[in-house]
Amino acid sequence: MSNIATDNAVDFLTAQEVTEIESEISHLPNRPSAAIDALKIVQSYRGWISDESLNAIAEMLGMSVAELDGIATFYNLIYRQPVGDKVILYCDSVSCWLMDGDVVCEKIKQKLGVDYGGTTADNKYTLLPVTCLGDCDHAPAMMVGDELHHDLTTDNIEGLLS
Amino acid sequence: MTDKPLTQNIIGFAGHTDFDRYESRGGYAAVRKTVGRTDPDAVLELLKEANLRGRGGAGFPTGMKWSFVPKKEGNGHRYLVANADEMEPGTFKDRLLMEKDPHQLIEGMILSAYTISADVGYIFIRGEYHVAIARLQEAINAAAASGLLGEHILGSAFSFQLHVHVSAGRYICGEETALLNSLEGKRAIPRAKPPFPQVSGLWGRPTIVNNVETLCNVTHIVAHGADWFKSLGLGVDGGTKLFGASGRVARPGCWELPMGTPIREILEEHAGGMAEGYQLKGFLPGGASTDFLTPDHLDIPMEYETVQQAGSRMGTGTMIILDDRSCAVGMIANLAKFFARESCGFCTPCREGLPWVQEVLDRIEAGNGEPDDLDVLERQAQFIGAIGNTHCAHAPGAMEPLTSGLRYFRDEFITHIEGKACPYQREV
Repeated sequence: MSNIATDNAVDFLTAQEVTEIESEISHLPNRPSAAIDALKIVQSYRGWISDESLNAIAEMLGMSVAELDGIATFYNLIYRQPVGDKVILYCDSVSCWLMDGDVVCEKIKQKLGVDYGGTTADNKYTLLPVTCLGDCDHAPAMMVGDELHHDLTTDNIEGLLS
Repeated sequence: MTDKPLTQNIIGFAGHTDFDRYESRGGYAAVRKTVGRTDPDAVLELLKEANLRGRGGAGFPTGMKWSFVPKKEGNGHRYLVANADEMEPGTFKDRLLMEKDPHQLIEGMILSAYTISADVGYIFIRGEYHVAIARLQEAINAAAASGLLGEHILGSAFSFQLHVHVSAGRYICGEETALLNSLEGKRAIPRAKPPFPQVSGLWGRPTIVNNVETLCNVTHIVAHGADWFKSLGLGVDGGTKLFGASGRVARPGCWELPMGTPIREILEEHAGGMAEGYQLKGFLPGGASTDFLTPDHLDIPMEYETVQQAGSRMGTGTMIILDDRSCAVGMIANLAKFFARESCGFCTPCREGLPWVQEVLDRIEAGNGEPDDLDVLERQAQFIGAIGNTHCAHAPGAMEPLTSGLRYFRDEFITHIEGKACPYQREV
């Protein structure tokens, strides 16, 4: 991947993506300040941030590709690799661990046939660890897509991920 | 007058997000009586008098923090930011406030912005809080439609635009200067201080960052006064606090109680004691980055000074319970993994030291520990935990459960190393 965005790289983005990113830029003091918003907008349509998306956003915001990639790879909810239809964010923090969250997670890994970072063969799920989801009174907890699931057991995850 | 101001619209009412209902229960009365009618400096004095202290973990006096904001000169922006990036492991209080009563936070932010003459506000919220994000946005729209946000609020000279910023992740965003870098679209790396955000914060402008629960308290202090607020606390500190307990207690949960409520009362009456078949071995009083306390500390009141005197910090006030059937070394290893992963990587002791600590702890837990490992951990804890070696408190915070764990659960470490195995058999 080149470190300098090529001319017309921005053509890779759809008109809708460009409009939404410009809307974010309009209430910020400078264009690079929209970097995270722009990454989220493009990811919302494409599921992840490819090198082409990165080049296009960098050109649009007047940043180097390297600087934008430094931002993209810093944040755990920006994906620089393709993910499945739904991302499972599994809480591996301490309150869930105390409630056998790691035991439940092993079961999920077995059931889906993937480890952390993996995507199922049918492309349905990508499994990722996440820091405390703030649902500790119902530990263990996980997000499946936008939905929070809690009080997980090795039994009830069967129905949740069928 | 209620003795549970923060949850008066939540407990027993299942919460509500409806604007009219919030207003019918006294909501926005504090804004109506203050904005354009009371001198902002008088509100600041009221906050100082109430001695509200930050509810995000550090406990810094809010009025004092605000008093460092310079007097307004010229037309440049001044910012107020709600830190809604709740990610401290074991902490689950701000989500409750935002999901169940979003207008309470918005009212607190309007009053706070008025006090420090901020014209733009952000609610910096973690991306996983989908329900809270939707309800806050809905509540902001309703408040704006009623003239409580936007230009010339209630016909006054005061204008305040409030935005929800949905974060893209990372625990370090909860550190206030890292949060500001993230709001600017950059990597969330904590800034060296000074300058402090009050003087040079977001895009170099005066900025105040406060925790959600802190800002919610402002509404009630303005509504009912400093004396009322102080009378709510049982000890030195005023007000109430959202306390919580997670782990193997009978009824894990979150409760609004007077500041200074004894730990024993929280755990035995509200959490219902330990779950059947479990005994209390120790606990972290306020999140992952607080020192362990033990059953000997149960009669300590939960407030800033008393918990500190016991060798820990009240932190977020949500306790994590270590039971007798769970491994202390395993728990500390879990915490170490979290801190190592969430380091922003800028300062060397944090970036290099935390993974080293994690590796040693994992080795001990797996039964491959060596007698020297305890010395290695103590040396690391001393260097990594030293204040001033890093820009922010992430690494020192990471060492709090380790240092105290080595003190209180040393026999468990030795059992692991001598027996070459973890003695706790977990039921799968």
